[in-house]
Amino acid sequence: MTMRRRSFLKLAGLGLAGASTAPVAEALVRGTTEAGKNASQGKRWAMVIDEKKCLTRGGCDACVKACHRAHNVPALADPRHEVKWVWKEQFENVFPDRVTPYTPAAMKERPTLVLCNHCDNPPCVRVCPTQSTWKRADGIVMMDMHRCIGCRYCVVACPYGSRSFNFEDPRPGIQGEPTDYPTRTKGVVEKCTFCTERLAAGQRPLCVEACEGIGCGALTFGDLGDPASPVSALLRANDVARRKPELGTSPHVFYLL
Amino acid sequence: MHDTGKIVLGLGVFGVLVTGPLWYGIGRGKGAPPELPKPANAKQCIEPTAFMRARHMELLNEWRDAVVRNADRVYVATDGQHHEMSLTGTCLRCHEDQDKFCNKCHLYAGVETFCWDCHQKKKGKPTLSARLGGGTP
Repeated sequence: MTMRRRSFLKLAGLGLAGASTAPVAEALVRGTTEAGKNASQGKRWAMVIDEKKCLTRGGCDACVKACHRAHNVPALADPRHEVKWVWKEQFENVFPDRVTPYTPAAMKERPTLVLCNHCDNPPCVRVCPTQSTWKRADGIVMMDMHRCIGCRYCVVACPYGSRSFNFEDPRPGIQGEPTDYPTRTKGVVEKCTFCTERLAAGQRPLCVEACEGIGCGALTFGDLGDPASPVSALLRANDVARRKPELGTSPHVFYLL
Repeated sequence: MHDTGKIVLGLGVFGVLVTGPLWYGIGRGKGAPPELPKPANAKQCIEPTAFMRARHMELLNEWRDAVVRNADRVYVATDGQHHEMSLTGTCLRCHEDQDKFCNKCHLYAGVETFCWDCHQKKKGKPTLSARLGGGTP
């Protein structure tokens, strides 16, 4: 039997297709991500800082240490290169509108705990050109270090100074053995994330647990969407302060002064 | 056609120059793709080897976006197994040392990665997620 050109080409084409499908199919399979299973859905995370309880411990920095240790936040020698997620600031700088010419120095200088306020209307998010910082549905202002190009618009936009820029490689400045939490690299901006990695596992932020761990309990964390949560109860029962409310950012770190 | 000899010679020199790096590599014993050590604690990667070899970078990018942007942390593999989407927590659990696994091929292929600028070597002691009981990015 003689084979015609047309039928030869058809057969050859079929043969080629058959030979190539097996490896291609194997390289094309893929699983899926289980979407919408995260623990933060339908929530609005917030924190309440009880100043009086915090002050009873004087210069305590258990929360700062716990946070910076777990998140590999470096302690750098040059103060201009400082990187901070949570730290203490003088009261007059935290609440400038609450200081009068008659406020005693002791009151002006009292150490006040500050961190990212996870605003409802975050100016840092609005200015980010790469959307590497954005607001999650649960209220957390999150950072994607993979996308940050280090332009520092957010650092300038944040009215609370909550953001730090990595002017140098942070790794040499990490105190002690680093944890498995990814370090940052030179040229990105970082800040507090309300411990999203812990929230995903159903835990509260590390600073809150550290504060409780030393028996102080000045920090309360919870979901404002839940009327039964401890933060909701505190906000109902107390006169609370927020930093620079006149700017309209609606911070979600509240202070009992 | 008086220059056949010169043309053939020229083509020959050109061929040797162009394929030179290949011969040099083979001569130095660098021709073969690197041998990767098989993890001691697992027989099978989360997806078939052919897929992982060809498209691990896409998978990692997908994982990165899912975890960081959408807070979704669970990957359902084609065999139905559930895995935490975590470079340090899942990949490095078997491929313990990136110098002996990732970097071997990447050096061979001349493809630079910047994963390790931030992500770190797996520690010998319990991980952050184990110590905190939480997930590790």
